[in-house]
Amino acid sequence: MAKDGPTPLERFLRGIIPENPVFRQVLGTCPTLAITGTVRQAITMSAAVMFVLICANLITSMIRNLLKPHLRILVFTLTIAAFVTIADKFLAAFVPDMSEKLGPYIPLIVVNCIIICRCEVCASKQGLAASAADAVGQGLGNTLALVAMATVRELLGSGSWFDIPLFWKEGTAGEQFRWSIMNQPPGAFITFGLLLGAVVWIDQLHQKRAAAAKR
Amino acid sequence: MEYLSQIVLIAIGAALINNFVLHYFVGICPFIGVSRRVDMAFGMGAAVTFVISIAAMLSWVLTYYVLQPGAPLAKWIAGLFLPAEIAAQVDLSVLTYIVYIFVIASSVQFVEMYLRKFLPALYKSFGVFLPLITTNCAILFACLYVMKMVVGVEPAEQWGLVPSLTLAFFAGIGFTLAIVIMAGIREELDHCDVPAPLRGPGITLIVSGILALAFLAFTGMDRKLEKMFKGDAPAVTAAQDAQVPTSASPVWKPPAQTDSPDTDTQRQ
Repeated sequence: MAKDGPTPLERFLRGIIPENPVFRQVLGTCPTLAITGTVRQAITMSAAVMFVLICANLITSMIRNLLKPHLRILVFTLTIAAFVTIADKFLAAFVPDMSEKLGPYIPLIVVNCIIICRCEVCASKQGLAASAADAVGQGLGNTLALVAMATVRELLGSGSWFDIPLFWKEGTAGEQFRWSIMNQPPGAFITFGLLLGAVVWIDQLHQKRAAAAKR
Repeated sequence: MEYLSQIVLIAIGAALINNFVLHYFVGICPFIGVSRRVDMAFGMGAAVTFVISIAAMLSWVLTYYVLQPGAPLAKWIAGLFLPAEIAAQVDLSVLTYIVYIFVIASSVQFVEMYLRKFLPALYKSFGVFLPLITTNCAILFACLYVMKMVVGVEPAEQWGLVPSLTLAFFAGIGFTLAIVIMAGIREELDHCDVPAPLRGPGITLIVSGILALAFLAFTGMDRKLEKMFKGDAPAVTAAQDAQVPTSASPVWKPPAQTDSPDTDTQRQ
């Protein structure tokens, strides 16, 4: 373990905004685009991702000294697949409607790049505490990003937030203001592109200000 | 004839109407990462088409004979050392995800070894794309799609090997189509004045949104074709047509699209 590396707390904080897995590293784009139609779906999905991420990171960290370099990706994916099966069965048993809606995207967590990336970059080199902190931080960052996407799309596409109607009720005249494109694939792409641009823009402003302050 | 029309519908559905990238959002990582130049995009598309067909074929065989509840091979093996009535209930479907990812990883490895030995020119042109494919969600998605059509479906409606292979191959073609179009657009984008924050993935995503909008135009094509194949159905008026929910996609709508009636409100 590197002595002068970041502490677990730093790792945790870093995952949330500065190294946000979705907006800064552009990883795990499939769920970001596919299941952000409503906030409820996004929360369910990111909870599942977080569970798998933490468990996979812990297991990888425990077996890191046994890993052979050429087989490590396979070991990571098999570990992840086992936990995804658990998450999938759990969701099917306790929230069947959500499980139905998320459909194939729960099993697709197996190939979610965020988890493989965290196993490779962090868990296979660090101890238990560091990997756990890293997993929780990255998981929260992912949750934040998914909820941000889902908020925009649900507000514009269905006029509600967390299934609570805000702008109009189903079947009233207000429904004509709905941006139905937001519920459909193009809306997902465009929202994600614009949010990504907004995050980069804010970052550039910060950098400019920091540079000005230095002078 | 019915069988043939089913195959054609699956093919068109997978390649155009429910394009894997632009409708189901799988395989976005290579779609954004490798779409900088047309020749590279084409190489990636070819590699994906190749692997997706092999993986879907293997996963159909495994699902049908081993993994589905009461699968023949699993039943036979269990019957060797268990009483018959317990062996008949054997259900290995819990293992599907692990088996699929194993199938994909090993078939990628296998294809790589085979190409290096027998077709070195092709191997060289695929280059780094082959190992990258292991973590491509499109491949796993095709396997899951095949699983959905085999596990828990009435025996008469279960997909055979040919529909599964058609789905996978044409999904690969659809992926190639999308990524090559995207690469063509991005080559032109290099000469455009894009706002600084959107450079890179931002503008790519927005452009793919517009591309997805274009692919929405294929929606409903499968329904028309189905009617054409059956031949005896009366001609549909535009009003009747608008009443039917968006796509007749057989398996999943992306959850994003759960509120289906909105396309109709849009059209009116």
